[in-house]
Amino acid sequence: MIDTKKENKDFSFSEQNLSLAEYELSKYPKGREGSAIISILWIAQKQNKGWLSPEIIDYVANFLDLSQIRVMEIATFYTMFNLSPVGAYHFQMCGTTPCMLSGSDELKNVLYKEIGEQNSVSKDNLSWVEVECLGACCNAPIIQINDDYYEDLNAVDLKNIIDELRKGKEIKSGSYKDRLTSAPLNKNVKFFTQDEIERISKNRKKPGLEA
Amino acid sequence: MSIKILINGNEYEFEENLTLIQALEMTDIEVPRFCYHDKLSIAGNCRMCLVEVKGAPKPVASCHFSLSDLRPGPNGELPEVLTNTEQVHHARKGAMEFLLVNHPLDCPICDQGGECDLQDQALHYGINKSRYKENKRAVDNKNIGPLVKTTMTRCIHCTRCVRFTSEVAGTEELGAIHRGENMEITTYLEKGMSSELQGNIIDLCPVGALTSKPYEYHARPWELRKTESIDVMDGIGSNIRIDSKGSEVMRIMPRYNEDINEEWISDKTRFIWDGLKSQRIDSPYIRENGKLIAVSWDRALTLLTELIKKTDPNRIGAIAGDMVSAEEMFLMKKLMEKIGSNKYDCRQDGSILSNQYGRSSYIFNPTIAGIESADALVIIGSNPRMESPVLNARIRKRWLTGQLKVFLIGQEHDLTYTYTHLGESPKNIDLKNMPLNNSKNIIWLLGDDVFLRDDGMVVLSKVIDCAEKTGSIRDDWNGLAILHKHASRVAGLDLSFLPLDENYSAKKMAKSKEIELLFLLDADEVDAENKYRIYIGSHGDRGASNADIVLPGACYTEKNGLFMNTEGRLQETNRAVFPPGDARDNWKIIIEISKRINKSLNYINFEDVRADIRKEYPIFTNINQIEKDCFQDLNRLSGQKQKLSSDIFANTISDYYLTNSIARSSKVMAECSMQKNSVEIRNG
Repeated sequence: MIDTKKENKDFSFSEQNLSLAEYELSKYPKGREGSAIISILWIAQKQNKGWLSPEIIDYVANFLDLSQIRVMEIATFYTMFNLSPVGAYHFQMCGTTPCMLSGSDELKNVLYKEIGEQNSVSKDNLSWVEVECLGACCNAPIIQINDDYYEDLNAVDLKNIIDELRKGKEIKSGSYKDRLTSAPLNKNVKFFTQDEIERISKNRKKPGLEA
Repeated sequence: MSIKILINGNEYEFEENLTLIQALEMTDIEVPRFCYHDKLSIAGNCRMCLVEVKGAPKPVASCHFSLSDLRPGPNGELPEVLTNTEQVHHARKGAMEFLLVNHPLDCPICDQGGECDLQDQALHYGINKSRYKENKRAVDNKNIGPLVKTTMTRCIHCTRCVRFTSEVAGTEELGAIHRGENMEITTYLEKGMSSELQGNIIDLCPVGALTSKPYEYHARPWELRKTESIDVMDGIGSNIRIDSKGSEVMRIMPRYNEDINEEWISDKTRFIWDGLKSQRIDSPYIRENGKLIAVSWDRALTLLTELIKKTDPNRIGAIAGDMVSAEEMFLMKKLMEKIGSNKYDCRQDGSILSNQYGRSSYIFNPTIAGIESADALVIIGSNPRMESPVLNARIRKRWLTGQLKVFLIGQEHDLTYTYTHLGESPKNIDLKNMPLNNSKNIIWLLGDDVFLRDDGMVVLSKVIDCAEKTGSIRDDWNGLAILHKHASRVAGLDLSFLPLDENYSAKKMAKSKEIELLFLLDADEVDAENKYRIYIGSHGDRGASNADIVLPGACYTEKNGLFMNTEGRLQETNRAVFPPGDARDNWKIIIEISKRINKSLNYINFEDVRADIRKEYPIFTNINQIEKDCFQDLNRLSGQKQKLSSDIFANTISDYYLTNSIARSSKVMAECSMQKNSVEIRNG
């Protein structure tokens, strides 16, 4: 979805973002500044509360000396760029197979109920969208809220998270099932000892490399 | 380096820097393709050109497989390429099936039907039923201006249009947004396109996604009669094909000519045809009580005869317009001589360019194709993008190779390539500012606007000075290039359709009370204030509305005629349709006038006229040839020590889309002009 309404608000990088943008530009040779486009768009999106307005596209095109359509091509290609306004908390719910099998449909219902339609901002400034695989399948189902992952969720957890966010409280990122990173959930699972690992590796038939 | 390869069992030898598809093309093996186009960069995304290379694990796309990547077999056998095996056919069938998955079956209502690459190739590689049961993709149409109609559901994402606009036209306007299944070709926020070459994406589109908006649902390609001709909208004489149905021109298409327009034409050339049908003068008119009334030929010519007879021959003048053929000017000159006047001029815009310094002082000597071997270009008082968009695309093509330095003296414009701006007045023509030491083939491009200035010839002399100092006028390279924007100007100069005395130049004659009777042969750009104004021409524009007698003539699609382009290349137009109503060929009108005043020009048919013009001016003999002229005469021009004015070079094209009477009659051109102006107002 592309928000094409120009609000005639001038956009320009803040002082700090400008120096960051210039640092990104310095990574590329002269005349190839356009290569920095993804970083520049990301900085701009961060500054503009998570989305890219047409004014920003114009500004970035100007900044990198590219045509507007070339910037638009990049901004529409990557799902990390939002082209319509998002809430202060933007939920990206994974709906790909592992998450779906682990119950993302339940989460989806909660999001529909609590926030509303996808790609729209609720009255309490939340928004959500269903995305493709976020790459954390072993902790499915997961939701990315702004920059962090919230894993092993169920409907109750998600409802709590939304409520806490509405109250303006800090929420815990990571697994909601006391999982250590992406280790197996069952605490009684047998871990190999160091000896066992060595024994297994010795039994492998693969010949060693002579250096 | 050359390489020997086996293609379908036959041995061939090629240069190593070719791609496989180019090599196959040279052996006359047809390779189906959608995205590959030899004037654009290689994309390799349609997968139709798959061929089998012995040893490769899977079929390769021949469009981006270089011959130098072919390897010999294990025992040193020649590399082998196969194009007609079961595997190749199967692979192409697979590619075609995917292309057709989302392509609508709307051929019966599609304007591309009958000349559609997808339709033709589906005949060979399509399967007879669809295995696809899901819904087809639907895409919203984009409004990208008054010229190109879009039906984006039909798009197969070959990206030819995107590559054309960013590479050839030099306006990065089209792009592919979103990705995968959701990919769409569009302009940024559906802005209208601004390029003067955008019509070419209609030809490039292999399907019916981009079609001509003015031609929408007008005709089917198999109903059209095709006439090969040339264009008269600008000075380069692009080769065109006029498609007509019955008595109407339905559309104009480019014709391939590597020396002039490659395969592009400008929008004015392509979309002018609706102007050929409106505002046409279809019967003679005479002015009575201040109003033009339609009369018979006999009455108009009788009146004209009376006027000529009662006027002193020295007070009769003639001005030829910018779209008249060499024959017409030749006959007009003969008629004027029979009448006893030598006051005629082909430079209605007031140019002071003359033919007294030899032919090479007024043509584009390096030739258009020669731009591709130039390494420096100095543009003086010209905006090639407006004066000749196709030539400008050629300059850009050379500039893209990185081997062309461009300097501009004159007003700054977006020329689609970067240039060093050296100033705006003739004083800035100074070798000190131009680092041309390492350049061998320099082109000095002068717009014909330069000669609208009083010091035009002095500027020319200065430029020749510079050219000689930099060694750009020599036996194998003449870098002096005059870019004419009028189709008939070079022929007019070749025929000496010029007054002996500059006091009788077109501009002065039109304002002079001394000239009582003035013939305006298709001349619409002069405001004649003479006593009697006789307009012979095709469109009811400025010339006709001021005239006292209007004689309806033919326009360029309706006549055979010789034209010299800005390079001095002879070309001919061919009649595609007949003039409307009572209108007649201009040459017949002139001969009829000569008969009426009892000073008959003895020509029975058109061939006689042409034979005679060739007898007097042998330069009009060889079609498609440039008669090389010696450049020694240029020396007479160099070293003139007159003063240059410091006025800036003004640009006279105020509106690209409305430069002549046909364009001003065209609704499509008016829409383009409106869109362009509204964009300019919006952008301040």
